Amino acid sequence: MDSTVKKKTNAGADEKNQTDSVITGISENLLEVKNLKTNFYTEEGIVKAVDGVSFNMGRDEVLGLVGETGCGKSVTALSILRLVRPPGKILEGSIMFDGVELLDLTDEQMREYRGKDITMIFQDPLNSLNPILQIGRQIAEVFLLHQEEELKEILEKRHLDRDKEKQVIKDLEEELKIKKIRLTKEEERELKAEIKNLKKKKTKKLSLKEIAWEKSEEIVKEVGIADAKGILKRYPHELSGGMRQRVMISMGLSCNPKLLIADEPTTALDVTIQAQILDLMKKLKKKFMTSILLITHDLGIIAELCERVAVMYSGTIVEYAPAEDLFKKPRHPYTKGLISSIPSIEKRDQELLTIRGMVPNLIYPPSGCRFHPRCDYRLEICDKVRPNNIEVDDKHFVACHLFDPKYKNSPKYQ
Amino acid sequence: MTVYNDKIKNSSAEHIQNSGKKRRVILSTKNLKTYYPIYGGLFKRTIGYVQAVDGVTFNLYEGETLGLVGESGCGKTTIAKVILNLVPATAGEIFYKDQKIIIGSTEKKTKRKKLHKQNKLIDIMLIPPISVANTLFGFAKLSLKKIFRTIKNYLIKLLPPLRKIIKATVSILKQNYLNLVEIKHPYDNALRKKIQMVFQDPDSSLNPRWKIVNVIGEPLKILLGMRKRRKIRRRVLELLETVSMKREHLDRYPHEFSGGQKQRVVIARALACNPEIMILDEPTSALDVSVQAQILNLLKKIQKKFGLSYLFITHDLSVVQHIADRIAVMYLGKFVETGTLEEVFYNPTHPYSRALLSARHTFDPGSKKNRIILEGDVPSPINPPSGCAFHPRCPEKEGHIGCDIDEPRKIHLGGDHYIYCLPSKKEKRSYEGVDYVSDTWTK
Repeated sequence: MDSTVKKKTNAGADEKNQTDSVITGISENLLEVKNLKTNFYTEEGIVKAVDGVSFNMGRDEVLGLVGETGCGKSVTALSILRLVRPPGKILEGSIMFDGVELLDLTDEQMREYRGKDITMIFQDPLNSLNPILQIGRQIAEVFLLHQEEELKEILEKRHLDRDKEKQVIKDLEEELKIKKIRLTKEEERELKAEIKNLKKKKTKKLSLKEIAWEKSEEIVKEVGIADAKGILKRYPHELSGGMRQRVMISMGLSCNPKLLIADEPTTALDVTIQAQILDLMKKLKKKFMTSILLITHDLGIIAELCERVAVMYSGTIVEYAPAEDLFKKPRHPYTKGLISSIPSIEKRDQELLTIRGMVPNLIYPPSGCRFHPRCDYRLEICDKVRPNNIEVDDKHFVACHLFDPKYKNSPKYQ
Repeated sequence: MTVYNDKIKNSSAEHIQNSGKKRRVILSTKNLKTYYPIYGGLFKRTIGYVQAVDGVTFNLYEGETLGLVGESGCGKTTIAKVILNLVPATAGEIFYKDQKIIIGSTEKKTKRKKLHKQNKLIDIMLIPPISVANTLFGFAKLSLKKIFRTIKNYLIKLLPPLRKIIKATVSILKQNYLNLVEIKHPYDNALRKKIQMVFQDPDSSLNPRWKIVNVIGEPLKILLGMRKRRKIRRRVLELLETVSMKREHLDRYPHEFSGGQKQRVVIARALACNPEIMILDEPTSALDVSVQAQILNLLKKIQKKFGLSYLFITHDLSVVQHIADRIAVMYLGKFVETGTLEEVFYNPTHPYSRALLSARHTFDPGSKKNRIILEGDVPSPINPPSGCAFHPRCPEKEGHIGCDIDEPRKIHLGGDHYIYCLPSKKEKRSYEGVDYVSDTWTK
């Protein structure tokens, strides 16, 4: 009942005032990207890196973003975090994250989202860790920046505990003074020893930083590093690739983010280590209930981890479907080509099917459907009109004229 | 092509046994070891060794593809570099057909001592002149033939009896000297023509300031001695066409090409002097899936056309299963399992290769397999674990005897299939009765 009421009020708010709903509304989807366009203004011309990308991400979902190099996967991710550097610029579109329009926020407001609600893991863990700072300090920084109040609460609790301990020692000392005459030597000795012990056990005066380090130790243990305390004191170059990536993941998960963007998290790693990391990500996803936007060029990882997949080609999403559907029944010619070009033991004696031609230049992209110069099923309409997203199956979207009933009778291109 | 006339007795007998067909061994290594010294401490002493390759024996047959699979840092690339004589071997031998082309530095020393022992008397006389000649000719870079010819011409003028004596001594000197020289430089242009390599990153293996004609034309000039520009251009165009590129690409610079095209250029350059062996060091790992498929198709086509033998180094199992005929799985400088593709892929026996193969992705999200996830990281090759290098991570070590003490043994599993493991405790999976094959090569 409650949920329906909430929805109704939401809908009402939507109609009344959009800006209000932006702040208060709770939508079903965690992330809604609509018609996002990001351009890079270079000397050679305008590079339309992301050109009208729209997708949704539900809560607690893993969405895969696949595509070849230079198709705009990473730029999409950076646009969500608003980390596109000049000459790049987000031209238009909307990015709704948990009911908030990220593109309307000021820089300071945005900074609160980064690293707290939305975190990112980059491809090369060595380049994204600071080589001259200890691992512990880098993880603790996240806590100090985003969870200062919680840390302060813990600190106060600790201080209260400490005061209590102090009081106990004081009481004992006073007892000693008062009863000194009556006590035998042995009893006196015992009391003194007790006081000494308590003083030893007494917790030291803690700073905020030390509590942050303690918390980072916990989170590092979570990602399967056994010797957490030792790791925190080391520098990035002392760790292996897999360890570094674990540290990065722990840093990403430290504030219980709602969305974790993983940009090729296992590309720099070996096969067996890759298996470890993917396994870890699966476990952590269940535990922390985070949604993951997984960016990769490896269809194998997608098949492993993702529930839904968006296939990108030269700045646009060409197919958007549940993972199982996509691998069983790829619809878009590009996806078909991509899947059939994966080598496998069954296809040993045959020649691999390839997609002819090359990835187009993003400064002068082809007109109409961007895939048409390389497409084997090309219609005459393909180079004139940009295809719309068409729902072919349940939640299976394809941007191709072949599936558009409007162009059913369009002749095939010769 | 010079070198010793030692013949490979063992291997030739081996391969005839293994397969009914007569396959010629084109390249083989025997117990190859490569250690990189680590310098440090006072006066930059060597304080240790990175045992990059630690006793590797394999044969590469004519016209086949041998896939070398392993994680990074296991010594795959070092093997390639040693074969090309870019890195000195510490021990072991490499044969090209029947000729010994590379010997380990430790064996070189013993060989030299042996030579001296053979003719001790002459040696006592000859050691000083040899060393003098060594230094002199070495510095002056004079060709030996010229020097001997001048000596000959000078001798003609001398009296006949004196001539005879001097001639005899010179011939002895020649033999000894040549022997020594050839141990030093067994690798010459004639051999380099036969063995070529394609590196992982096409970006860094092309000179950005050279045009494609010059890049591909360089081996033609150096190795084949082509001089005329027109001839070179014609041959380069021919080569570009075999890798399906066009005439207009001749005069472009590398930055004007995409990654796949650059890799094609590198392959064309490797093909320039009609090699027999091509070493491919991760040729597709810098490329996208669709481009990777193009390059794999191209490599297969070229192999059929020219009858090349490939040594295919990769960490990508899906690529290797497409192109390789035989596979060798490496771990920390040693082979773990070798065999034909079918044997290794359908029946992986060593626990490491089983884990490695289970870690490869299947493209069917419906069937998620039970994958074996290994604990921990690859240990450092500076201090590899004692006994079997894999034992700290091995999920089956409790089932075997003496994993941390004994060196793993080569066990024959039938056909071409070998694993390097220790005997199992259980009777069921015991390797008893299966003969161990000694890995150390004896003459």
